[in-house]
Amino acid sequence: MKLCPTKTASSESCVSVAQQSPSILVKNSGSLTRRFSWTRAREQVIRLVLFLCGALSLLTTAGIIVVLFNEAIYSYAGTAFFQTVSITDFLFDTVWAPQHPDKPRFGILPLLCGTFVIAGLGGIIGLPIGLASAIYLSEYAKPKMRRIVKPVLEILAGIPTVVYGYFALVFVTPYLLRPIFQTWLGINVDIFNALSAGIVVGVMIIPTVCSLSEDALRAVPRGLREAGYALGSTKFDVSLKVVVPAALSGILASFLLAIARAIGETMAVTIAAGQQPRLTLNPFRGMETMTAYIVNISLGDTEAGSMEYKSLYAVALSLFVITLSMNVLAQWVLKRFREVYE
Amino acid sequence: MNVSGNLREPALAKRHRIGQLFEWACCGSTWFGMVVLSLLLLSIGWKAMAWPIPDADAVDRAAATKTDAKANALLSPRPLSTRFLTSYDSRVPQKAGIKAALWGSLWLLVFVTITTVPVGVGAAVYLEEYSNEGRWKRIIQVNLSNLAGVPSIVYGILGLTVFVRMFGLFGHDGKVLDFNLGFAMLSIPLPFERSVISGALTLSLLVLPTVIVAAQEALRAVPSSIRTASYALGATQWQTIRHQVLPAAMPGIMTGVILSLSRAMGETAPLIMIGALTYLAKCPGKIDSLSAVWQHPTGLLEAPFDVFTSLPIQIFNWVSRAQPEYDHLAAAGIMVLLVVLMMMNTAAILIRNRFQRRTQW
Repeated sequence: MKLCPTKTASSESCVSVAQQSPSILVKNSGSLTRRFSWTRAREQVIRLVLFLCGALSLLTTAGIIVVLFNEAIYSYAGTAFFQTVSITDFLFDTVWAPQHPDKPRFGILPLLCGTFVIAGLGGIIGLPIGLASAIYLSEYAKPKMRRIVKPVLEILAGIPTVVYGYFALVFVTPYLLRPIFQTWLGINVDIFNALSAGIVVGVMIIPTVCSLSEDALRAVPRGLREAGYALGSTKFDVSLKVVVPAALSGILASFLLAIARAIGETMAVTIAAGQQPRLTLNPFRGMETMTAYIVNISLGDTEAGSMEYKSLYAVALSLFVITLSMNVLAQWVLKRFREVYE
Repeated sequence: MNVSGNLREPALAKRHRIGQLFEWACCGSTWFGMVVLSLLLLSIGWKAMAWPIPDADAVDRAAATKTDAKANALLSPRPLSTRFLTSYDSRVPQKAGIKAALWGSLWLLVFVTITTVPVGVGAAVYLEEYSNEGRWKRIIQVNLSNLAGVPSIVYGILGLTVFVRMFGLFGHDGKVLDFNLGFAMLSIPLPFERSVISGALTLSLLVLPTVIVAAQEALRAVPSSIRTASYALGATQWQTIRHQVLPAAMPGIMTGVILSLSRAMGETAPLIMIGALTYLAKCPGKIDSLSAVWQHPTGLLEAPFDVFTSLPIQIFNWVSRAQPEYDHLAAAGIMVLLVVLMMMNTAAILIRNRFQRRTQW
C-alpha cells in the first residue's frame, strides 16, 4: 500500500503496482523464494498432529460402531449375536432369560419396558420441574436468587450417579415410598422398585433440562415480552403464552436430551431398580433396564465368546441406537423449529 | 382508575391469582432441587457418622464371642474416621477402609489428565484455529455432540473390547512387551487386561468430547485482535497459538478440564464394564504412601498395568453387600468422594473467578 502514491496517481496504476509487488518481494528477499523451510515444515507437522487429535473423536465413533456391529450383527467367523438369535425373537419375544441352562431366551421387551418405565417416571418428575425452574430463573428470579440457585443446580449435576442410586435405595424407598404407599395405601412396594429409580433419575435430569431450557428462554428477545405487556398481558400470560412458545425448539431439544440421558443412565438404576427383567408397568416392582443388564453381566464371570457375553453387545447396540436417534432428533428439532430473531 | 379498582374486576383478579399461583409453583420447583440436595447430604452424612444400632441378637452374639478389648481397639468408632482413610477393604465392616480406592482414583486422575489434556486441547485448537468452516469441521462438530450423548456404559463396552481384550488379537494368554530402560524394566502386558491404563484410556474417551467443547469455547473467547497483532509482528500461526492464544485461553481451558475430570472421577459404569470391581487389598504398584515411592521407585512403572479399584467402584461394591454395616461404609465413602469432587469444583471456580477479573479485553 505504501507503494501506492497519494491521490494524484490514478487508481489503475495503484492496482498494477499492488499486483506487481509480490514478484518484486520474491526477487529481493531470500526467505520466501526457498521452497522448503524448517519453519514451514514444522507448521505443517503441527497442523497434521492437531488434525489427528480432532480425528480421534471420529475414530471413537467408528470404534463404537465397529465393535457393536462386529459382535452383535455380523462377524466374519459367524459368531455374532444376530447370526445365532433371529432378530424377530430378539424384538418380540417377551422373556429375557439368557442364563437359562437349557433354553436361553433373548426377548428384549422386558428390558426395554424397564428402561422406558423408569425413563418415563423420571421424565414425569424431571421435565416439568426442570422447565418450571427454568421459567422462574429466566422470567421471575432476581439476580441474587440466580446466584444462589445456579451453583446448587451445578452441584446436583455433578453428583455421581452411584450416589443417587444409594440415595434411592437407602432413603427414598424405606423412608418415602414405603410409608406412603405400603403403610397408608396398602400397596406392596419391593425393596428394589422402579419408582425410586424413576424419582432419582428425575432429579438427575433437572439440571440438564433447567440449564438448556433457560438458555433458550433467555434467547427470546425482550421486545416480544414488552409487546405482550403492552397488550395488557399479565406476567403469567407473557411467560407461558409468549416466551415459552417462542423458545419451544430449545425446550423440546432439552427434553429429548434429558430423556436420552435418563435412558442411558446406569448406576442409579442398577442399584435402585434391581435385577429382575419383568414385563410390567407396575412401578412398585423391581425391573431391569438395558444398562442394568449390561452391568450385571459384567459383574459375573461371563466367559468371552459365550452367548450371554454376546447378548451384552446386542443390548448395548439397542441402547446406542435409541440414545443416538434421540440426540439426532434433538439436533433436528433445534435446527428445524428455531425461531431466528435479529 | 387505580390498580386496586382494577383488581376488583373479577376476571382480572382471577388472572392475577393464576399468575401468582404459577409464580409460586415455579419458585417451588426451583427450590425442589435445593431440598433434594440437602436431604441427600443430610441422610448420607447421618449414615456416615454412626454404625447401625445392633439388634438384641447381635449384642448377644458379640457377648457370646467375647470380643476382647484389644480387638475392639482396632475397630473404628464410626464409619467415617481417619482409620477409614488408611485401611484396605475388609470382611469385617469396622475394619474396612478406602485406601486402595483412593490410590486407584489418584492413578486414574493422573493418567486421564495426561491423555485427555493434550489431545482435547489439540483437537480444540485444530477446530477453532486451523480448520476453516469446511466439511471436516462440520463433521467433527456434529460427531462431538453425538458422542457427548452416548451413554457411559457404551464407552465401557468399547473399553472392554479395545483396551482390556484388544479384540482378542493376542490370544488367550496375551503377550508381554519388555523394555529395558537402563535403570528398570518396563513390562507392558498386551492386551492391557483390567489395569489402571485400560480404565484411564476408557475414561479419557468418555470425557474427551466435553473437554474439547470447553476448550473450544475458551479459544473462541480470545479476541481476534490478539491473533492479528501477533501475525502483524511476523509470527507464524503456531507461534501465535503457542505464545498468544493458548496462554490467553488457559484459565477457561483449565476450568473445563477440571470439571470434566471431576465427572470422570465419579464415573462408575465404564469401570465396572472393564472389570474393576473386585475385592482388592493392595494399591496399584504397591505404592501406598509417598515413602513407598521412595523405597521402590519401580512401583511407578508397574502401577499403570496393575489391577485397581476406585472410589465410586468401592462404594458400589459396598452398596451391593447385604450387611447393614456396609450401607454405612458406603455412606462414608460417598462423603469422601463428594469432598474430593467438591475440592475439584472449587478449584475450577476459583481459577475461573481469578482470571476473569484480571483479563479484560
